[in-house]
Amino acid sequence: MLLAGGQGNRLYALTRRLAKPAVHYGGKYRIIDFTLSNCVNSGIDTVGVLTQYQPLELSEYIGSGQPWDLDRIHGGIYVLPPYQSGSGADWYSGTANAIYQNMQFILRYSPDYVLILSGDHIYKMDYSKMLEYHQETQADCTIATLEVPKHEASRFGILASDARGRITGFEEKPSEPKSLDASMGIYIFSTESLIRYLTDDNANPNSHKDFGKNIIPNMLGNGARLFAYPFDGYWKDVGTIDSLWEANMDLLDPSTPLDLGADWKIYARNAVRPPQYIGDGALVQNSIISEGAEIYGTVDFSVVFPDVTVEEGAVLRDSIVMPGSIIKKGAVVEYAILAEGCVIGQHAQVGARPEDTPDKDNWGIAVIGRGITVYPGSVVPAKAMVEEDWSTSGSKETEEALV
Amino acid sequence: MKNTLGIVFSNMHEHMMSDLTPHRCMGSIPIGGRYRLIDFALSSLVHSGVKDVGIITKTNYQSLMDHVGNGREWDLSRKIGGLVVLPPSTHAQTGQSGRVEALNGIMDFVKSRGAEYVITTDCDTMMNTPFDDMFDAHIQSGADITVLYKKMELREEGGRDVYVFSLNTDGKINAVLANPPLFGEQNVYLNVMITSKSLLEYLVADCYSRNLFNFERDILQAGLDKYRINAYEHKGYVTQLNSLQAYYDANLDLLNPQVRRDLFPRGLPVYTKVQDDAPVRYGLSAKVHNSLFADGCLIEGEVENSVIFRGVTIKKGAKVKNSVILQGATIGENSSLDCVITDKDVIIREGRAFAGHHTYPVYISRGAVV
Repeated sequence: MLLAGGQGNRLYALTRRLAKPAVHYGGKYRIIDFTLSNCVNSGIDTVGVLTQYQPLELSEYIGSGQPWDLDRIHGGIYVLPPYQSGSGADWYSGTANAIYQNMQFILRYSPDYVLILSGDHIYKMDYSKMLEYHQETQADCTIATLEVPKHEASRFGILASDARGRITGFEEKPSEPKSLDASMGIYIFSTESLIRYLTDDNANPNSHKDFGKNIIPNMLGNGARLFAYPFDGYWKDVGTIDSLWEANMDLLDPSTPLDLGADWKIYARNAVRPPQYIGDGALVQNSIISEGAEIYGTVDFSVVFPDVTVEEGAVLRDSIVMPGSIIKKGAVVEYAILAEGCVIGQHAQVGARPEDTPDKDNWGIAVIGRGITVYPGSVVPAKAMVEEDWSTSGSKETEEALV
Repeated sequence: MKNTLGIVFSNMHEHMMSDLTPHRCMGSIPIGGRYRLIDFALSSLVHSGVKDVGIITKTNYQSLMDHVGNGREWDLSRKIGGLVVLPPSTHAQTGQSGRVEALNGIMDFVKSRGAEYVITTDCDTMMNTPFDDMFDAHIQSGADITVLYKKMELREEGGRDVYVFSLNTDGKINAVLANPPLFGEQNVYLNVMITSKSLLEYLVADCYSRNLFNFERDILQAGLDKYRINAYEHKGYVTQLNSLQAYYDANLDLLNPQVRRDLFPRGLPVYTKVQDDAPVRYGLSAKVHNSLFADGCLIEGEVENSVIFRGVTIKKGAKVKNSVILQGATIGENSSLDCVITDKDVIIREGRAFAGHHTYPVYISRGAVV
């Protein structure tokens, strides 16, 4: 059960009309591809995707599930939006409530175990090994954990466990964390326990109906068997502009333990485009570039999605450019994320390097929203969040002059 | 082009490309970084609205079957119609001795289809064009058979596997010439033909009964008096693959932006099998100019005027120029390739150097470790 309803409001312009799991990542993927591919590669063939916020494009992207081999006769992938029933209609009011409302879906398949996932993370993980661990420990619930740096621990749900891995304490976003083992939001439940605790929780009007805040503490309080499953691979939450940018840039670093080309393939719905073309005067280094892109300018330390054009004399550095965007002649894009279908006009400047920004507090990644035009010669400062066509004074005339 | 059955010959002209076809058929020759030749034929048919396609096979069709699968990538995985790979008929005693015999072998399939018209195509051309206009011309002219041609230069050194048409002003063919001693601009047959299904059934049965097997000679050439055979000109881009040199040129032709616009226009994609490769990664030491790269490559060396297929690794200090590097190759450190075609999964070890000439590329065979 993949929770994909989050609004992702800390991605601002990128998620204005798009659910977070459908945000582009890594040159050809969307964030949800990682979790879906992990499921398939782990041998899970029945997946429910719970959607709520801006589900249109996400549902369209998932389609029949064929790209992930999830178009099955038995099982397969199902998009599960909130629905109306005889007793009324409810939005999903929390992670636990979302699963509770889809109990009928789970029961149709009468599984022994239910894996709860979120569609917001970049990582490769074999859930079948976690399930083996769950079976060995005869747990009611197993939570995947990751050791996090001390200064970040208060952002996570923090677990305390004994030497055998049995969880003894759980605190959601503690101000003074007692350990560095953070919950990754990946749970395996024995179905019976899941149903019992979800049903109890749903009857409690004061509950937030959230796994971290309610279900896990309730289980611990009742002495249920909860175990921590430590994970030590690459894992990145891409919930903020900075972390999304970093997670993309990590792919350019050969020392990052996330190899997209390795055996554990990440499947995606592929664009049907010709190979990428790198022009005669182009300078392309330390970058990831995808199908259908045409590069005539400079691309350095960047991630470029399908069908992006970088014209002659344009410079793209330390940036992420999503499908179909065009960077016109002489434009300079630095430390920026451009969403799909942007047009950066000639000689425009988007973003800035930290070393070129005197006021470090106002430095950050510049973001250009979907389909936005930045007019020729305009300047988009660092950290800007552009959601409407952008023109610094007088630059529209410049555009006419340049046409 | 409703109500039309597509028939694709996957093997024709293989002898002209013998280097590339010992283990694969014409249709599964890799081309253009991420395609196989049959992708162009199938995509053109699909863009013409053909929903029912049979692929005729002869030998070495395993890689072709693997590539086309159930036809889903071409939207040809259908309940009604769809894509069918037709294995060679086993009762043919000596293997197919020509197009007529191949067609005779699939007549049960052809008869079982409800289509009124048939369009046949080979896999020897790289073009992406809907055949609707040709089909309309076929209907409007009242022709019995309409064939597709292109005005192109015949060169002495070119492959000699061509049929040339002499035409009346109204498009009717008055002579069909096989491998004529003609050079300069000629009306060259592109091995695409439209006719009615009933006429095709009759022609094949008639030829077969007379022990005639050559479609071009025994039907097109010999039938000029009996049937109205029209030619329709293809005005867009096409390249015909009838030699290793032509194969080399066709790949490098894709570096020309106009050719790419003609072959890959928006809205008319060339469909191919998806491989779920990662995007291309260019390393710190990469230097790339005027080249095409397909997914799954890792580029750390220098690449110029080349076409690099899927999953190729080019290591530091390697120099690849004017070359066509097929899927899965590893080009070792400080090696150098100029005017070279490497077939699938070739390994060029550290420091090796090969150079051909653009009029005579060096070919390194599949899986070779050099």
